[in-house]
Amino acid sequence: MAQLGQPLSDYQRPHQVHFSPYDFNGGTVLAIAGENYALIATDTRLSQGFSIHSRESPKTYSLSENTVLGCCGFHGDVLTLTKTLGARLQIFEKEHNKPMPTPSVAAMLSTILYYRRFFPYYTHNLVAGLDEEGKGCVYSFDPVGSYEREVYRAKGSASAMLQPLLDNQIGGKNQQGYVVQPMPLDRCIAVVKDVFTSAAERDIYTGDNILISVITKDGLKSEKFPLRKD
Amino acid sequence: MALASVCGFKLGNENSYFGLDVNGPMGVPTWDDALTISEKFTVPCDIDLQSGIYKAFTDDDSKVKIQFHHGTTTLAFRFKHGVIVAVDSRATAGPSIESQTVKKVIEINPYLLGTMAGGAADCMFWERVLARQCRIYELRNKERISVAAASKLLANIVYDYKGMGLSMGTMIVGWDKKGPGLYYVDSDGERLSGNLFSVGSGSVYAYGVLDSVYHWDLSEAEAYDLGRRAIYHATHRDAYSGGVVNLYHMKQTGWEKISQTDTTELHYQYQAEKEKAKK
Repeated sequence: MAQLGQPLSDYQRPHQVHFSPYDFNGGTVLAIAGENYALIATDTRLSQGFSIHSRESPKTYSLSENTVLGCCGFHGDVLTLTKTLGARLQIFEKEHNKPMPTPSVAAMLSTILYYRRFFPYYTHNLVAGLDEEGKGCVYSFDPVGSYEREVYRAKGSASAMLQPLLDNQIGGKNQQGYVVQPMPLDRCIAVVKDVFTSAAERDIYTGDNILISVITKDGLKSEKFPLRKD
Repeated sequence: MALASVCGFKLGNENSYFGLDVNGPMGVPTWDDALTISEKFTVPCDIDLQSGIYKAFTDDDSKVKIQFHHGTTTLAFRFKHGVIVAVDSRATAGPSIESQTVKKVIEINPYLLGTMAGGAADCMFWERVLARQCRIYELRNKERISVAAASKLLANIVYDYKGMGLSMGTMIVGWDKKGPGLYYVDSDGERLSGNLFSVGSGSVYAYGVLDSVYHWDLSEAEAYDLGRRAIYHATHRDAYSGGVVNLYHMKQTGWEKISQTDTTELHYQYQAEKEKAKK
């Protein structure tokens, strides 16, 4: 330490610390909870700025037989977070001899995210699956673990384009006399394809393909749907 | 360890993870892996949290911006029949409305409620921690914790994290041996007891309505209406507030949820009242 009144030598001068541990790799995820199913869809583009790194990189991660995580934002954090979650779930399964229920996965993810409150994961998360009653459930998270159960939710780069469409088509928001009814799966898939097609038209970080995963009591089924090729 | 030094790999100052000055509180690299880290608070190596370096990635001009959900208008007041808690339900991240269905009243236990204003995750997490501490207190002492003690627990916890960027303004509401209790606790470490508080960006509007009507001897129905009205007017003027009004009443028998009303519905109800008054 330099003493007061003495000049600082070169290496003791105050210096600006450069520290930028994050980047944004785009990607959009979307989940909808149905009566007896949960659907989670993602685009498959991974980019950085204007350059596309991968056209085959879906942002959904299947955590167990009936839980899927949608996770996008900074891909480095996505990798660490999914790795950690996978390990924690494996430990749970070995200790309890059953997979962790979806609502518990959501609660655990919330604390994992909050324990990085002072150096957050730059990730937008959705958890989709079936609850203990077999009903579809979707949980959405902010980057530091505030979470809520919802019926439909879009997260990531094009979320501001998808969410209003979902509010209109599924939530029936601010439409007088609209009766919200449980949506059949085929109609749900059609809506998802439509909203992603629209998002790919206007968002450079969303495109290439969508991967739609549907969770029912019979397990997980996935379907790929191509988007425009630019 | 020995192998590391034989190989000329020095741990500690010369090999800090980010090549920064290592005299900070987190100066020594640790061997925690991603798994153990997922159960503890974690910070980047060598970063002094109170230096505000990490604000760089929540700042407006940052290339990568992490926006947390923020909660907004909440109010609570004590009166003859207990305590009224009323809140809106909007969560925003910057200018974007992230949710219109947030539960901003946190049910700590049947005799304690907390409210959420500021960072949604901060309130959610620390009031959950408070719920655990209150339960432990009950088990150890065979009686319920007082509102004063519960609010002080929370105030002391968040004070430990002062200057590290926590953001929460909360009211702890309960009923104990002394009767109805109401405390305001925030992330700066402030803790106040009082009859009437409102917290959040819409609080100024809520206070305006509250102060013009509030008195100790309100009837239950009057108090419910006042709570809803104050939140409604806050949602009307404050863009960060909106959604539905959730209303709770703390009684000697514990809290009761009184109502959940869409602000649109309240708008037309109050509009009709105005029209009627004109005639």
